[in-house]
Amino acid sequence: MSRNVNGGIGAEALQTSSGGLETMDMGILAAALEASGRDLLKVAMPKGRIYKQASKLFREAGLPIPSDFDDTRKLIIELPEAGMSFIMAKPVDVPTYVEYGVADIGIVGKDVLMEENKDVYELLDLGIAKCRMSVIGLPDWKPVIHPRVATKYPNVASQYFRELGQQVEVIKLNGSIELAPLIGLADRIVDMVETGQTLRENGLVEMESIFGITSRLIANRVSYRMKNEAIQSLCDKLQHVIGAKPNA
Amino acid sequence: MMSKPKVFEKPIGVKDYLPHAVVKLRQIENQVLACMRSWGYEQIMTPTMEYYDTVGVASSTSDRKLFKLLNNRGTTLVLRSDMTAPIARVVSSVLKDSQFPLRLSYHSNIFRAIEEEAGHEAEFFQTGVELVGDASAEADAEVVALAIASLKAAGVDRFKIAIGHVGFLNGLFEDTLSGRTDAQEELKACLLGRDYVGYRERLRELAIAEPVQRELEGILRLRGSQEICLQALQLSSNATAQASIRHLLEMWDVLKAYGVCEHVLIDLTMIGDFSYYTGMTFEGYAADLGFPVASGGRYDNLLKQFGRPAPATGFALKTTRILELIGDSESDLEERVLIGYNDAGRALALAKAQQLREAGTVVITEKMEQSTAAEVTAAAEQSENGEKVVYKGETFAAFIRFFGEQEGASL
Repeated sequence: MSRNVNGGIGAEALQTSSGGLETMDMGILAAALEASGRDLLKVAMPKGRIYKQASKLFREAGLPIPSDFDDTRKLIIELPEAGMSFIMAKPVDVPTYVEYGVADIGIVGKDVLMEENKDVYELLDLGIAKCRMSVIGLPDWKPVIHPRVATKYPNVASQYFRELGQQVEVIKLNGSIELAPLIGLADRIVDMVETGQTLRENGLVEMESIFGITSRLIANRVSYRMKNEAIQSLCDKLQHVIGAKPNA
Repeated sequence: MMSKPKVFEKPIGVKDYLPHAVVKLRQIENQVLACMRSWGYEQIMTPTMEYYDTVGVASSTSDRKLFKLLNNRGTTLVLRSDMTAPIARVVSSVLKDSQFPLRLSYHSNIFRAIEEEAGHEAEFFQTGVELVGDASAEADAEVVALAIASLKAAGVDRFKIAIGHVGFLNGLFEDTLSGRTDAQEELKACLLGRDYVGYRERLRELAIAEPVQRELEGILRLRGSQEICLQALQLSSNATAQASIRHLLEMWDVLKAYGVCEHVLIDLTMIGDFSYYTGMTFEGYAADLGFPVASGGRYDNLLKQFGRPAPATGFALKTTRILELIGDSESDLEERVLIGYNDAGRALALAKAQQLREAGTVVITEKMEQSTAAEVTAAAEQSENGEKVVYKGETFAAFIRFFGEQEGASL
């Protein structure tokens, strides 16, 4: 197991960024880190959809996020003066990094947490990237003899139908899930719905909502104890910003 | 899905330990066991297999994580999934006439059927103790202090022990949600699953008075040193909760006397399996390792399942993970000496080898051609680090030749 996050990644992927910091009280965080060990707090950030909203939230909370991060292709950026280092990860891998402790904390959607079922602390509902997990089908759907459900979330789908007492065949797909009912691969799909735009355009309807999704702050079991002050202080700042927002 | 295994493959979750790793593992094992012995804990060994219906059912390991097999009579057996349940069996049967308290230690391989991917091993080593027959806070503190001493003996430098108590939450929930067992179970399940978001959501759904809700949310922050206990005392007047906190405060005093409080953290949200642990529980964390290195607690209900009811407390170090942690530092295999001889020199050579071995040196002997011996000597003389001899890929501290009646040049 690699305990050094930098290990195995080329030197060009590693860069210490000092410019463009938007932070107010890094001193406190740095001091907290000093007290809880000399290591940087390693944060796994999800690339893509959630990233923009998450980095906005971090900035609002006065937490350091390198400003050149938004359009960088670097995988690791260290901010030693802030006591933090950021890892850019594929969203679905964030819980894995955190479970193994190669990242201390991470940001990830509830959909991924439900599907991956990793042993991590779920500390905070960040209230961003809101959407829901739903069962979707054609408007004229009728029960079929051998139900087939296509999804990117086979664990979530299996569990949901099991709890309903229905035995269905779950088909794992990696993208364009909406295709499945249109071309007859499956009679229903389980997928994330944000605005419902894609569904409407393809003549599909949302039949049932399974659970609501927002992004969560997660922490490694050991880091949560060994770097508690740093993590708690970060948590509090985020909580403060989230609490100030309506319907959070 | 699984095709016929390739010759190099072994079942998922099991490991080979090569010489350098074994040296380290033995070192950790010996140092930790010596430490435990110096506290009066005597080592015992139990069989790898136990009956499913006794030890298997009594163990804290969930059923689906047990390795089960059938013996030739069709009885279900398990590979031991911890040492606590087998020791409870021994204490209640073989040792049933021994007086309490009993202090026992073990170093043993443990088997758990893995569910997911790596990091969760199917066979691993645990080194631990059980203190049976003493219900006092003094006994709990002794076990925690010994866990700290053991981690130090194993060579772990930076670590913390978080201590909690199942009684506190039980009491607090009984108090604030009396009669609503479903709600209590749900909240506990959230805490056990480390789902703080879910815990807060459940609380909001419960329709309880605002101050109570805030109080129950507040426990997520009950983490620190002694003052946390004092805060918690104010939080609930429930007798169970109060007794739990008093127990922790007593433990704190004892741990202070041991001089180990710098390593200890009180964390009232830290709960072990409620159906198994009955009192204080704790976990040990080391810097730079993503998984806990030690866990333990009080389990006063286990021994009565074996017919000798008694309070008990203990812990296990996850030795395999400690190996992962300190295994990076280069371990030195002992210096070795190579003795080369021919027929005429054999008796002298082997006598010399025995003499050196008795003195504690590692000696390898080999019958070889005189020309080979000359080459080895010549190569050693030319090599830059003059003292070392390299032969067949191995490095030796010295080479001694016995060709004829006399000892040759000793390098």
